Amino acid sequence: MRSVTGKLALAVAGVVAAGVLIGFYVSKLTTQAGSPTYTVPVKTGGAHPVVDLTIQTVAAVGPALSPNPDWVSFLVRDASGKWRRETVWRLPAHATVHVTIYNFDGASGLRNPFLARPQGVDGNRIVVDGKPLAVLPPDEASHTFAVPQLGLIVPVAPVPDDARNQCGYAPCSLSMAHRTETFTFHTGKPGHYRWQCFVPCAAGWITGFGGPMQTIGYMDGFLDVV
Amino acid sequence: MSAGPGISAAAAEPVNHARRVIVAWLVLSVIATPLVAVFLGPAIPPGNGSDEASQQVFDNQVMTAVITPILCLLVVFFAYALTRFRAQAGEAALDGPPLRNEPRVQALWVAATGLIVLGLAGFGTFELLETGAGGGQGPSPIAEPGGTKKKLEVQVIAQQWQFTYRYPSLGGLESAQLVLPAHTDVALHVTSLDAVHSFWAYELGVKADANPGVDNVAYVETKGPRVFHVRCAELCGLWHGYMFNNGLVVDAADFSRWAASERKNFAPVAKYMPAYSHTYLPEPQRRAG
Amino acid sequence: MTTMAATLRAPLWRRLVGFNLLTAIVLGVGGWYAGWFGARAIVGPSLDYFADVDYNELSVFLAYLGGVVGFLAGLGFLNYPLARLRGYPPSLREKETEGIGRYFSLCTDHKVVGIQYLWGIGLFFFIGGLNAMLIRFELLRPNHQAFPAGTYLTLVGLHGTMMMGMMTSGILGPFGNYLVPIMIGARRMAFPRIEALTFWLLMAAGAILETTIFFGGFPTGWTGYVPLANEANPGMDNYILFFALVGISMTLLGLNMIATIVTMRAPGLTWTRLPIFVWGVLSTSTLMVLAAPVLVATLSMEALDRTAQTSFFVAGAGGSNYLYENLFWVFGHPEVYILALPGFAIVLELLPVFARKPLWGYRLAVAGLLGVTLLSWLVWQHHLFVSGINGDLRPFYMLSTELISIPTGFTFVCGMMTLWRGRIRYSVPMLFCLAWFFNFLLGGLSGVFLSDVPSDVTTHGSFFSMAHFHYTIMGGLVFAFFAAIYYWVPKMTGFQLNERLGKIHFWTMFLFFNSTFMPLFAAGFLGQPRRVVTYPQGLQFLNDWVSVSAFCLGASLLLFLFNLVYSLAFAKVPAEANPWRSKSIEFQLPSPVPVHNFDRIPVFSSDPYGYGEAPAPVVAPAGAPAGRS
Repeated sequence: MRSVTGKLALAVAGVVAAGVLIGFYVSKLTTQAGSPTYTVPVKTGGAHPVVDLTIQTVAAVGPALSPNPDWVSFLVRDASGKWRRETVWRLPAHATVHVTIYNFDGASGLRNPFLARPQGVDGNRIVVDGKPLAVLPPDEASHTFAVPQLGLIVPVAPVPDDARNQCGYAPCSLSMAHRTETFTFHTGKPGHYRWQCFVPCAAGWITGFGGPMQTIGYMDGFLDVV
Repeated sequence: MSAGPGISAAAAEPVNHARRVIVAWLVLSVIATPLVAVFLGPAIPPGNGSDEASQQVFDNQVMTAVITPILCLLVVFFAYALTRFRAQAGEAALDGPPLRNEPRVQALWVAATGLIVLGLAGFGTFELLETGAGGGQGPSPIAEPGGTKKKLEVQVIAQQWQFTYRYPSLGGLESAQLVLPAHTDVALHVTSLDAVHSFWAYELGVKADANPGVDNVAYVETKGPRVFHVRCAELCGLWHGYMFNNGLVVDAADFSRWAASERKNFAPVAKYMPAYSHTYLPEPQRRAG
Repeated sequence: MTTMAATLRAPLWRRLVGFNLLTAIVLGVGGWYAGWFGARAIVGPSLDYFADVDYNELSVFLAYLGGVVGFLAGLGFLNYPLARLRGYPPSLREKETEGIGRYFSLCTDHKVVGIQYLWGIGLFFFIGGLNAMLIRFELLRPNHQAFPAGTYLTLVGLHGTMMMGMMTSGILGPFGNYLVPIMIGARRMAFPRIEALTFWLLMAAGAILETTIFFGGFPTGWTGYVPLANEANPGMDNYILFFALVGISMTLLGLNMIATIVTMRAPGLTWTRLPIFVWGVLSTSTLMVLAAPVLVATLSMEALDRTAQTSFFVAGAGGSNYLYENLFWVFGHPEVYILALPGFAIVLELLPVFARKPLWGYRLAVAGLLGVTLLSWLVWQHHLFVSGINGDLRPFYMLSTELISIPTGFTFVCGMMTLWRGRIRYSVPMLFCLAWFFNFLLGGLSGVFLSDVPSDVTTHGSFFSMAHFHYTIMGGLVFAFFAAIYYWVPKMTGFQLNERLGKIHFWTMFLFFNSTFMPLFAAGFLGQPRRVVTYPQGLQFLNDWVSVSAFCLGASLLLFLFNLVYSLAFAKVPAEANPWRSKSIEFQLPSPVPVHNFDRIPVFSSDPYGYGEAPAPVVAPAGAPAGRS
């Protein structure tokens, strides 16, 4: 029969093969739905830093940014003006964050109308196209930007269905039909806070809550407050 | 181990193994059971946050006390049997006595386990029917603490992935935080807007699944002011592990102050809220586009 | 012999062509793509809904079904039915394969299937274990670290589903198939081709489950609760297909076992002489046959909900998620006894050999197995105590759940009284059996808290219940599984397993198993729910302790793997025919057991537990003429 060295070589080959397979498996799992951390640049430093965060929400993320081109998504604008599909955002602690959301998506409506009331933001008001609002009609909500652990709930106003020049897929330019929404919130203590969208806005998914709604890098992410 | 001479002695003068085990078991149980009942039992969570939580602690106390003698019996038995009856190096070829049965032991065992089991089931049923023990009982509860006494009704609305709370007695007010008045009988009506969740108010000893289209009622009688933790205890998707929040039990004055300020905050959205109902079924197929 | 010589002479490539695993994989992949593109071509464009996404549920289902059909055809499962359709006489040609190749092809020798099962199940057991290691790695810190939250849920689901699905056949597959025909004096199982089919179906199912990672995984854990399952990625379909195939495999396995045990016992093997292991297989098989079809039906409904947009389980559209929960647990609770009962049987089978005494209270032990079989049908709603389902029956389910500890107690008293005044030898299999008592005792006593509704309100869905079922299933089934491996593998392979490595494996596994799961009782009581990727800061020490212990437990299992490979491939110490001085019939045969088991069908005159009794012949060598194969 086979010699001991032959068997040993076989055993070593088996261990190596198992190692490679396990390595592939683990790397597939760790990278699958992950989203790299985007560090939001600080405008004013110090004990009470000020940060600008500019976001875009799109109905379809497009083939350039995702293997799932028809998924709905948040995008963040980096310092060079480029839109990135990265939803883990690093922010300084105890910071004032001025957020601007450009929304290119239509209305889907909230399951729970209560979430149409902006909360946890300065004055409990959002400013939509220059107009302050204490509430958005729940059926009009296109998305929400919500950080439950910070008590933050912000409904996002929709592009009307009959608007002209609607954006097909991302990245969308500001010359296309959109709504501009601004608000300010405070990050508080350091921590790893998740954010999500509450509007069942995942087209093509039963109950509208699958796929992008349950995948980090689309309608979910973290605020990495340090 | 001096089992070698022991075995030869056993041949001459039979050792009553059973009596030794029983005596050791009795001694150990008599010492251990009260210690467990008095020191370990009350230390088992969820603590003293509500009447229901205290009741669960009492239940755990009783059950640890009941299972302690059982544990002792098996520990003593195995400790004795495994050391006393081990084969010696020289006698590897020997077999033990061919004992195939002992009807009295069988009957005793069946009777004893049967009694313990029936006792525990009876005790559990009594405890359950008294108050419902803080568990979700569905839309038509059979165990209502304090009879039909009027209770503060609070609705727990679960959705992916947050609990919100609605107070019909405060004009259908909805809040993102659960605030309860102290020393009050509360009826929690738990429902869901999408997936199955489970509302777990840990320190209050309350757990009730949230199902779409179902009104799941759990009762709790609060004690003094405190903070408690709410977590989702049924896998509900991506942020299941992040579906937690703090709740508050506050005294009556603080509760009305809180209600007044929440009302002000709630006012803009009030006109959009659906009428208070025990279940809500938003269009299940609703999706974008 | 001529065929063997011919195969040996043929060049390697020629030997690789034919109906075997290689062909099966090729045809399986081909079938997969045929189903994938077929579904897209036929259905995709006709439905707006499907056109919207790159892949759809239907193409995933049809792809994998095509893959399974191709896989089975490649193994040669269609040859026999096709030949019969064309009018050829029945034959058992698959049995004649010799050499190493028969382990990689359709083989109807029950001993080959047993060994195939041992390695196949073992492979997936280690994959499930790897997932557990990754889960514990993630839980080293209270916040998320290595795996994204969604992937963590997929890991939890993969671990749970793999273990609950695969290990269901963990003892009946390898040891049931190998030993039952021998123990009852038969030459084969009643339906040898179905026997092979159950194994290859499991292997296909295991591959389907693991490839869920290419379709986004699934977030539901092993229970697959709706509506979450309706929302989930196409990876959910892998779960549905896996469990449905496992269910079919379980049903067939159980039917085959029942048919074999009822009809093929040798002369003299009355019901009261049947080895207790065979009784355990019989009661487990009964549960399988009755429970697994419920699972298959439930998952078919869920598959329709996901593909054809039916609404069996959709509240507000005429369905109810309670329907799913009830159906799932009607299967799910017998399922956990399908896992536990073979453990009972193995412990009771082995104790007499190592205590050198007859099995005490044989009839009581059988009554215990049958009592659990019966009662396990009456307890499923204890999984739904706080679900809000109509609560009137809760006292009943509390009672029935606690009643089940009476027949379970029979196993304990029979085992304990078998040890009483014995001559106990602490060989490795015996150590695992004794550890079973310790683990199952803790598992059972923690079950008392879960069955009591007031206490369950806090422990339900927490790490407490997770620790409880790991004590009963890992501490029960898996420890019994290792006892069986150390006890019977020398008989199955003809080589001894290293005793010293075995003892190190046992002691490390026992120690780290308890060190892993005992603190989790506390974690549950302190408020940590199951399947969460985050937990309160204060529980970090407990979780880190558990994680480190779990890694050590994993290392202990790797040591076992090393022992297996070292003993069977390198040391190769031939095993005696009867290393344990057992009176059971399989140890009266040579090691390994010859192809046709017996030259003559044996005649039984007693049960195999006559230790210390006058040496009555268990097996009369002269029996019926050997014409029953």
